[in-house]
Amino acid sequence: MRNTVLALAAVATLAACASRPDPTPTGPTGPTTPPVTTPQGPTPGSAEDFRVSVGDRVFFGYDRFDLSAEARSVLERQAAWLRRYPNVRVLVAGNCDERGTREYNLALGARRAAAARDFLVSLGIDGGRIESVSYGKERPLDARANEEAWSVNRNAHTQIVSGAVS
Amino acid sequence: MRLMKSFLASLVALVAVAMTVTPSFAQQGDRVHVDINQGNLNPMPIAVIDLLGESAAAQQIGRDISGVVRADLDRSGLFRPIGTDAFIERIEAMNIPPRFADWKIIDAQALAVGEVEPQPDGRIRVVVRLYDTFGERQLNSLVVAPRTPDGWRRIGHVIADFIYSELTGESGYFDTQILFVSETGPRTRRIKRLMIMDQDGANPSFLTGPESMVLTPRFAPNTRVLTYMSFETGAPRVFLYNLSTNRREVLGDFPGMTFAPRFRPDGNGIVFTLDMNGNSEIYAMDLQTRARQRLTNHPAIDTSPSYSPDGGQIVFNSDRGGSPQLYVMNANGSNQHRISFGEGRYSTPVWSPRGDLIAFTRQSGGRFAIGVMRPDGGGERILTESYLDEAPTWSPNGRVIMFFREGRGEGPQLWSVDLTGRNLRRIPTQTDASDPAWSPILP
Repeated sequence: MRNTVLALAAVATLAACASRPDPTPTGPTGPTTPPVTTPQGPTPGSAEDFRVSVGDRVFFGYDRFDLSAEARSVLERQAAWLRRYPNVRVLVAGNCDERGTREYNLALGARRAAAARDFLVSLGIDGGRIESVSYGKERPLDARANEEAWSVNRNAHTQIVSGAVS
Repeated sequence: MRLMKSFLASLVALVAVAMTVTPSFAQQGDRVHVDINQGNLNPMPIAVIDLLGESAAAQQIGRDISGVVRADLDRSGLFRPIGTDAFIERIEAMNIPPRFADWKIIDAQALAVGEVEPQPDGRIRVVVRLYDTFGERQLNSLVVAPRTPDGWRRIGHVIADFIYSELTGESGYFDTQILFVSETGPRTRRIKRLMIMDQDGANPSFLTGPESMVLTPRFAPNTRVLTYMSFETGAPRVFLYNLSTNRREVLGDFPGMTFAPRFRPDGNGIVFTLDMNGNSEIYAMDLQTRARQRLTNHPAIDTSPSYSPDGGQIVFNSDRGGSPQLYVMNANGSNQHRISFGEGRYSTPVWSPRGDLIAFTRQSGGRFAIGVMRPDGGGERILTESYLDEAPTWSPNGRVIMFFREGRGEGPQLWSVDLTGRNLRRIPTQTDASDPAWSPILP
């Protein structure tokens, strides 16, 4: 069962990666088409709402897994959102930059995921709703090889597995 | 003519003198010998003739096999195969002794002569004689039992191992395979598939598909069973893969993620990392009884275990001291002690099949290096360094290390380096490649 959930989550992740939406959603536009009125912001309770309005990633220092004040504030918003939508289940994935070796980074990513998960649980979210996984240095968000990219790639990513408004 | 001869004679004498002052190869006792510890300062010139054959087909396969032999010897850095167009004597029969003077003139310290003998059943048998040209005698001969002609590359590797072993006194490593991870696609959506190929990059083939990312493959001692980590079921899991039965299975039923697997030297056990809620610990599992044993018990990261060749000890990676360092423990988990005390962060320890050294990755000053140290932590030497060098694996004779290297912003490639650090070679692969694992000598 657990494996199935994780497998589904992995598929969801891949799908999300494959079709990452543009930062500014736009309706069909063209020279002869009048402007279409689109709803402001993502649908409340949707995965996009979580990602855009709440923030789905918290970031870490080099070889660190302690939560910064900023990370805690993002996780507090996540917890508040998860309390509002109690059917939502999430997967917290720990990620690392490329400046570490592969197996060590799998362990380090697991620590980051656990740090984020434990904090959500401490804020009253049922641990049964939160799976965690480590992708080590295998899934960088930013492909570049510089400090800016590495700081972005050191994160815990909270992904919605099920229960969100579609 | 007479003058020419005396010139050549003095040249030979000069070369012989030069030989005595450059110690990487020399007559040792009563025979020619390559000192493996000197590396390729002065590789030994060696002549390998195109294997003889009665038919045109046998001659063609003979040329192909000899090409493999010469390429293996050249890549070792210890030998310099002499081009066949420089040969003076044209050897046409196996059982007539060579004219040693003709080989000494072109400075061939050793000479390999051989023949391809097609068998009635279509297979081929190969016979090789190895000569010490300055000692003017045969060192040894090799009969490669009949094999099908499509196995000609392996016949070449077997001959290269024979020559290497006769001239260095150590076992060879050419008749081996490499498991690795083939990488394609953009860095943010990398496709990583398990591949296997010959040690020289020939005969590559995929073992897994593009659907799930695989990492860190390793051979069992029998080379027919593999272990690796895969995201196939979502979270990292250690898999076993039997190449003979084509059966794959997840190792055990553990609550968290499992990764960093390696076989016990007897092949009947696996040591790996189990992470539960952010705490990684090292476990051992017997593959027959399926009994599992926890070996570490510490809130720090404990991962990347590797057995000593006698199975009595395990070297592993832990950050319990504040940064990733190498530790050694007994195979039952007792007597855990740190062995790395140099400058930097140490990881990916791998015990040499000879038992004398541990290879590792070291991060220092923004660079990654591959190095070796003794199991007591002494004698640390860095062999090679770059933006990212990672994941050493040992040749079965414990003399060469393969690893992967990534340039800044570039994809990974496989490289090998010998223990002197002087013979650095790229291993050709069709795609980007990482996480190499060197097989034992093939059965």
